[in-house]
Amino acid sequence: MLSLGSGGAKQPPKASFVSYVTPEEINPEKEPPKKERYPDLLPGEVVFCSASPILKYTQDELSQRGVFGTLVCTNFRVSFISDEVQVEDTIQHFKNKLYGENDIPLMCVDNIYGGYDDKKKLITCPLLKNKCPSKIIIHCKDLRVFQYCLTYTDEKDARKIFQGIVHHCLESKSLKCVFAFSYNANNAEMQRKGRTVMFDSIDDWTQEMKRTKGVCRLVAENQSFELSQRLPQYFFVPANVTEEDFQNARKFNGKGLPIWCWSHHTGCALFKTAALPLMQEDTIPQAYMEKMLNAVAQNYLYSVKTEDLSDTLPSLQEVQLSYTKFKQFFLIDNSTEFWMSDVKWFSSLENAGWLDIIRQCLQKAVEVVECLEKENTNVLIMEEEGSDLCCVISSLVQLMLDPYYRTLTGFQSLVQKEWIAGGHNFQDRCNHLHHKDKEHLQTPVFLLFLECVWQLLHQHSPAFQFSETYLTVLSDSVHVPVFSTFLFNSVQQKVSMMTAESPQTQRGPLNCPTVWDWSVQFDCRAQEFFINPLYTDKLRVDKLTKKSHRPKHTRQLSLPSSAFKTPSKKGFFKEETDSLKKMLRVKRLSRWMLSPDASPQASTSEFYEAWLRRPLDYHGVLLPLLDGPAVRVWMQRYLRWIPEVQICGGGTVAVTNRLAELQGEVRELLRRLERQCGGIDAGGPYHSDHHHLYDNVAPLPPHLLRSSVRLSSSFPFASIRNWPFKPAIPTSMLQGLIVSDPDNMADREDEYTETISLV
Amino acid sequence: MDKQSSAGSESPAQPPVPSRKPTRTLGGNTGSRQASVETLDSPTGSHVEWCKQLIAATLNSQVSAGLPPEVPSRDLKVFGHQPVVQMDEVPLVPGETIRATAKDVMYICPFSGALNGTLTVTDYKLYFVSLEREPYFLMDVNLGAISRLETISVQSNGENTCGMEIVCKDMRSPRFAFKKEEQSNVDVMEMLTKHAFPLSHDLSLFAFQFKEEYPMDGWKVYDPVAEYKRQGLPNESWTISKLNSNYEVCDTYPALLVIPNNIDEDDIRRVASFRAKHRIPVLSWIHPETQATIVRCSQPLVGPSDHRCKEDERYLQTIMDANAQSHKLTIFDARQSSVADTNKAKDGGYESENFYPNVELNFLDIPNIHVMRESLRKLKEVVYPTIDDQHWLSTIDGTHWLEYIRLLLAGAVRIADKLESGKSSVVVHCSDGWDRTAQLTSLAMLMLDSHYRTLRGFQVLLEKEWIGFGHKFASRVGHGDENHANSERSPLFVQFIDCVWQIMRQFPAAFEFNELFLITILDHLYSCLFGTFFCNSEKERVEQEVQSKTVSLWSYINSQAEDFTNPFYVDYQHHVLYPLASLRHLELWVSYYVRWNPRMRPQMPVHENLKELLFLRAELQRKAEELQREVLSSHSLSSSSEHNSSPSHGGPSPLHTTA
Repeated sequence: MLSLGSGGAKQPPKASFVSYVTPEEINPEKEPPKKERYPDLLPGEVVFCSASPILKYTQDELSQRGVFGTLVCTNFRVSFISDEVQVEDTIQHFKNKLYGENDIPLMCVDNIYGGYDDKKKLITCPLLKNKCPSKIIIHCKDLRVFQYCLTYTDEKDARKIFQGIVHHCLESKSLKCVFAFSYNANNAEMQRKGRTVMFDSIDDWTQEMKRTKGVCRLVAENQSFELSQRLPQYFFVPANVTEEDFQNARKFNGKGLPIWCWSHHTGCALFKTAALPLMQEDTIPQAYMEKMLNAVAQNYLYSVKTEDLSDTLPSLQEVQLSYTKFKQFFLIDNSTEFWMSDVKWFSSLENAGWLDIIRQCLQKAVEVVECLEKENTNVLIMEEEGSDLCCVISSLVQLMLDPYYRTLTGFQSLVQKEWIAGGHNFQDRCNHLHHKDKEHLQTPVFLLFLECVWQLLHQHSPAFQFSETYLTVLSDSVHVPVFSTFLFNSVQQKVSMMTAESPQTQRGPLNCPTVWDWSVQFDCRAQEFFINPLYTDKLRVDKLTKKSHRPKHTRQLSLPSSAFKTPSKKGFFKEETDSLKKMLRVKRLSRWMLSPDASPQASTSEFYEAWLRRPLDYHGVLLPLLDGPAVRVWMQRYLRWIPEVQICGGGTVAVTNRLAELQGEVRELLRRLERQCGGIDAGGPYHSDHHHLYDNVAPLPPHLLRSSVRLSSSFPFASIRNWPFKPAIPTSMLQGLIVSDPDNMADREDEYTETISLV
Repeated sequence: MDKQSSAGSESPAQPPVPSRKPTRTLGGNTGSRQASVETLDSPTGSHVEWCKQLIAATLNSQVSAGLPPEVPSRDLKVFGHQPVVQMDEVPLVPGETIRATAKDVMYICPFSGALNGTLTVTDYKLYFVSLEREPYFLMDVNLGAISRLETISVQSNGENTCGMEIVCKDMRSPRFAFKKEEQSNVDVMEMLTKHAFPLSHDLSLFAFQFKEEYPMDGWKVYDPVAEYKRQGLPNESWTISKLNSNYEVCDTYPALLVIPNNIDEDDIRRVASFRAKHRIPVLSWIHPETQATIVRCSQPLVGPSDHRCKEDERYLQTIMDANAQSHKLTIFDARQSSVADTNKAKDGGYESENFYPNVELNFLDIPNIHVMRESLRKLKEVVYPTIDDQHWLSTIDGTHWLEYIRLLLAGAVRIADKLESGKSSVVVHCSDGWDRTAQLTSLAMLMLDSHYRTLRGFQVLLEKEWIGFGHKFASRVGHGDENHANSERSPLFVQFIDCVWQIMRQFPAAFEFNELFLITILDHLYSCLFGTFFCNSEKERVEQEVQSKTVSLWSYINSQAEDFTNPFYVDYQHHVLYPLASLRHLELWVSYYVRWNPRMRPQMPVHENLKELLFLRAELQRKAEELQREVLSSHSLSSSSEHNSSPSHGGPSPLHTTA
């Protein structure tokens, strides 16, 4: 139980381990008699077990260095507390208030490996049959890798902590054991949810309907989930859905009901639904489904296109498989492994297929966008559950079409609407509870969505108010068991858990924060990193370009008038309804196009090309580039913890710094101008308009402004240390690079002058 | 939807590559897009393909005479300031003359289908205009960029159609089709051949006719003495020697060389005879604090029987001694050790650690110019004209281009680190010391010395390490020479610029220049508009009077420097940049290699945003000052003491900050 510093350790460090703290360096008198040090516990956090001294390997070098400290497992996290006194000048600009850089929230643990001598074994159950491993390696869902050496503490403690960690991280547990249910922070500040629309009230929904100028029928019949446990309490369906249909819907547990997502300014709208299993013999579901389709079609101009996502996108299993392969490239245990995997980097990426899945999703979203934007058709997307790829596609479509969702609150509202109210099975898809029988359900669908958003953000930075850092943090927050947002499978589950919970503690109904209350995790200054300094406010664009011609739409989605050319298909009208109905019956649920002659690919391509040709409008329709070079790896998320790839003094932070600096100057100038001219009219066009433009732009703290040199490409994630200003040099892999060379050109001399038939 | 339809079909017109050219169009490669379906690796196979294409194109043109007008593109922005130019008029640079014109030529664009138009050949460029579509379509190709011309003829519809493929050095191969019989077409072909390869037709390169005058004189950018002085040379250990002023010691070296003090001239000559092509070890760069140096040379002529040269050994010892901080000298041999051994068997070789005391020899394992040429050829196949989106990554892997970039960067990082952390002097050589050596030393210097990361400094770096020290530009590029299969050709300089771009990507604020600067350099590496990259050595340039008879690229660049500056520039001063030589941080330079593909709309450069801000700031500053003055004058009467707001803020603050 003694840390090494007091001289009480049973064995001195082996020669191969170099501790940063040599025994001499610690003055035993200064340290009180050794006690295990615990982290500052959160309210409601309880320590399960702990052990010391544990050696934590620092990852950055092959020469296995480490730091001694205590390893603690609580009901919230696995935490390592270093014996080393924290040097104050490691300024943490981006400190998470809930967990530090050495803490792993239990939900965030992805895999645990036991290290036996040279071998690494995946641990699946906490029962140790034979001897305790000498090392415990933890791979996290946020892609951190921790390695602890257990050999310095005594066997009993080592066993205990090992089994404890494995038990609490990997064993299945009940939902009530999740830390959120014990977390009882003072919720005073929780009132300020910001302006994020939560879509848990009639009001939120009607507001949204009003905003998009759609005309659909509000359904309040599901208030206590009689209609379906999968659907939210309130939602919209096409106006033509009748009471009778609800009776049917109840039979199918809400499946088949077209749930309104968003209305285009022309009137057509996007709907999603959970597909109904259709038997050949059973006519009831068929009739019901046709009726639903009709209802959707009648929403606008009697047109509808259905899109069964399970037909055209990769299955959830494929998504999961691909991500499992993909993430492995970033969970790096040591330098050797890193440089090994660097050799065939691009091919490995491609083999994982993850980027291609992202491309397919974006592509599908573009197709749906075309239907809404160009053909003005209603679109009904469907899949088995109606809450996985449907969520991905519907949110992407809205992001591409509606600039509101590209603001921070807009985006959060979108996630609330499509994912939370939309009933995405977060609990099962993340397998938060580690139920063995639900392992096959695990799929990073939400992450896939964030990846797609990142591609858009990366390609069209000025269009988004939030930053890459925001997306990265959001992807991490899914695995922080404090928030109610990503904890449940459905609204129904959430409501029942939240209200029924433990009155005996006199806490009343459970009230854990939503993830959107960012102050739970970050202070104001850190939250400033969520804002994209490149974001161009709509107002500003208008002012600077002095656009005079604007279409009349209040929510104008900026299209040059040429694109508004009424498609000939619009001629579809009542008189054709009958034939259409016939068609419906004939084609039933297979995808049918309004113009069967045009193949979908060709038309989308035309639409897409036309979009490409127009000048980019960041506040209009925004489409992704899909070509090979355009779909990239989300560097910040995946590379931030790998020391080998941190570019000291490099990365985009330098650019954003410079931008923020300039914006600061402009703001300062505006302020001066205002002061100087007081009430005089002299403010000119800048006076009022530009003033608030930059108010949403957060500059970096001044001491950071000019220090890009000291920051690394991992900023703001890896804390600023005294970087060993030593370059990373590929180790001994060079041989692997030498290419097979059929012509023996490598052996040829440079002076060789024989004519060869090359370009 | 991404499928590019092959030429001849009516795929919709593509947006042009937005002009990356400054308003002053300089006959560079203005936004244009061009053709060809499969690049040729085997002549026969490609011919079949090509013929089919040709026939398809001619047929197609007859069927669909009038293509529907396309949505207006931003094509015109290229010539934005003169939108209603008479389209028959070909914009000419001073000194350029039209040689031949042919009407009814068909350009087979792989991106937007075939187009009929007028093809003009001048002594500087090939210029194609099609008025068939609205907006009209323009394309020009600098004749200097042409690697070879291929023609075929096919019988189609009873007519003899001639197809011409223009294989370019800058990653494109536009294809044209025209009727064989017409005289104007014959003229065009003839003129094209003649002026694309003037040196093979007893003509001079176009730069000798180019008559533009610029306010800046680019030939004055590099003054070796001033540059060495900046580095603190000469000093007690190093001297600027005029030994080579007549290029007698080494005809591929510059006239001025920095060599150790107190070395006997005879010894130098003996060293010279022991080094390949007489390229003796000379100083390239000296560390301002540690006095550690980068020294470059060619391989020693050790040979199979292990020749020794006492003078050479002593010479290297002197170089080591000139740096008091280290008792070691590190030699980086850029080659693979196996290749170095092969060389040794043929009278070349490398320094033996046995004969050179305290010397550490490292091989950097970089393949030779032939491997690099092949790699770029493969790359062209992959990026032009179409891209396989789904297998993009593995096809890039297959070219090995980025692996070689990585090797180069890793080598340069090792050199820079040796100097900076190891404080040891470094000797760099490959076989002759003008290819890989130039790549490595200049990259290392770019990492070590922030001066070279400025617009002017980079020009100096090129003038010194590449042009001065005899990188064989004429042979490697093959200016004006029709012998396209000459194995001397190799894209080593392109590869170097690519490395610079990679570093720039990793450190977006550390360079004063921008991407356009690098692309412009590469365009004019081939264009033959400027004399900067002519000849193989300083000696040849002096003989041909390049400086007095041609214009320098730097004249053009420095006359409109603001187009080439990076608004994010922060001077990193004494910080050494260590780029990451990991494929995870390397990326294909799409905006150069794939720029002909209109799908590669370059991402809205952040610069625009920033420039807007800079503009706004300047305007506000002006406004603030104005007001200040107004306020002061009006308050001078009422003697108010209210407005003491800091005037120090006013004035145009410098564009660049310092870290």
